[in-house]
Amino acid sequence: MNVILAGFGWIFTASHWTTVNLGPGIGQRVAEHLFITLIALVFVVLIAVPLGLFIGHTGKGRTIAIAASNISRALPTLGLLAVLILFLGIGLLPITVVLVLLGIPPLLAGVYSGLESVDRTTIDAARAVGMTELQILLKVEVPLSIALLIGGLRAATLQIIATVAVAATFSGGGLGNYVISGVAQADYAQMMGGAILITALALVVDGLFALVQRFVVPRGVSRGTSRRNTARAGAIPVVATTRTLIKEGQ
Amino acid sequence: MIEFRGVTKQFPDGTLAVDDFTLVIPSRQFIVFVGSSGCGKTTILRMINRMVDPTSGQILIDGDDIAKTDAVKLRRSIGYVMQQSGLLPHRKVVDNVSTVPRLKGVAKAKARDDAMALLKTVGLDRALADRYPAQLSGGQQQRVGVARALAVDPNILLMDEPFGAVDPLVRAELQTEIMRLQRELDKTVVFVTHDIDEAFLLGDHVVIFQKGGKIAQQGTPAEILANPANDFVAEFIGADRGKRRLTVSDEKSADGDLVLLDGFGHPAGVMASSGAPIKASGVKSRSVSNKTDQAGDA
Repeated sequence: MNVILAGFGWIFTASHWTTVNLGPGIGQRVAEHLFITLIALVFVVLIAVPLGLFIGHTGKGRTIAIAASNISRALPTLGLLAVLILFLGIGLLPITVVLVLLGIPPLLAGVYSGLESVDRTTIDAARAVGMTELQILLKVEVPLSIALLIGGLRAATLQIIATVAVAATFSGGGLGNYVISGVAQADYAQMMGGAILITALALVVDGLFALVQRFVVPRGVSRGTSRRNTARAGAIPVVATTRTLIKEGQ
Repeated sequence: MIEFRGVTKQFPDGTLAVDDFTLVIPSRQFIVFVGSSGCGKTTILRMINRMVDPTSGQILIDGDDIAKTDAVKLRRSIGYVMQQSGLLPHRKVVDNVSTVPRLKGVAKAKARDDAMALLKTVGLDRALADRYPAQLSGGQQQRVGVARALAVDPNILLMDEPFGAVDPLVRAELQTEIMRLQRELDKTVVFVTHDIDEAFLLGDHVVIFQKGGKIAQQGTPAEILANPANDFVAEFIGADRGKRRLTVSDEKSADGDLVLLDGFGHPAGVMASSGAPIKASGVKSRSVSNKTDQAGDA
């Protein structure tokens, strides 16, 4: 309990927002964390969205996608980072590659399972009245599965935010640095402060996505089920990976 | 005119759904395909708008081989109504009706005006225009489905068990409506059902299917009732069980009409004293009323 209070005390020490032990302050670390997340997310979206739309619309390659997702979900973050750093050297590149690899599965799954959740009769009817395949995709399948698509993006973003924290082990920047150096310097207030900040950042981003999901669902479509599913999918990775980080840091 | 020439459809799993099917459907006729589940009637219907492409054989619409036309263009020129309305749940009723005209480039305001007029044609209140499909009853949804099919003013209307999922009272009402529409709009209607009473009620011409898309018998309802071609047809229309053979009983109804009995001796209807059609509004001339004719407004 004391450690947690010390963590909050560390966060609310005004000077820590500009500099911590002569290094970057909390403001800069948050910005780094979000920046790295955003870069990775751009690549994840560019790869997973078209692929997911193709798989979901045609039903082709579904088994391959599931297998690939399962394999990459099982990959150990830290091990993968270590291997890539051996090949690519230290820096933003290997970290981004790992983040992208880990971000693709949740988004891919969200996109293709979203499309699969659309009622077949509705799609059949859209085709029968003369919509082209692209029109079916953009005017029927995407609007009707938008909650699950955003849910996939939400899960991918949280996965990346959590993994950026681990990437700090290899001087990746971001809030994970406070946890790493806190442990190294036996400065548990700093370690806990870092952990709390990572969690808070994840929760804030998650909350924003929850709001977006609420507003993008078209009227006339029942919202209940899809929102429940995606909220659950989004919550798991953060908790799991933050815990891993703390364990691995010790 | 729709013409099937030796059409065969084998699905990838090997099922022979339709085997060497040949039929000519004259224009402006109400033709009903009737048969049990899995007899290939829906497959044949869906070949007309190329939702299913035949493995071999030809289908011609007004003399043109449809295999040579663009499937999307073809579908936009043919009305299609299905069992589960198939409306887009995220679009308002009026936008559902104007979907295809909008795809064809009709201006939004005009498409909306046309859609409002169509809602009236199919007997829906304007107040429903801005609702979403989920807010309508099953019968109302089917009416919207019909309005959507009519939106491109097609010559051909395909209806795949459109009234199969609504309750009997609403079904009777919709049946009356569709007969009225066909008379007013003068379209070729191809209608699929597994309900023989519905087939006889609606069809100018009825085609009874056996498995594999084979025609067991075709003709007007009167021809089929009078002369079932074989045991299968007799059984399918209920003639073998005496359901279609009516006799006048000794009893009279309260109004003095003669009560008719079927082959089992169960009351099947009454002989109307005048012999005139039951309702001026639509039901085709038939002197015996039975359950399918109770087409009141529910």
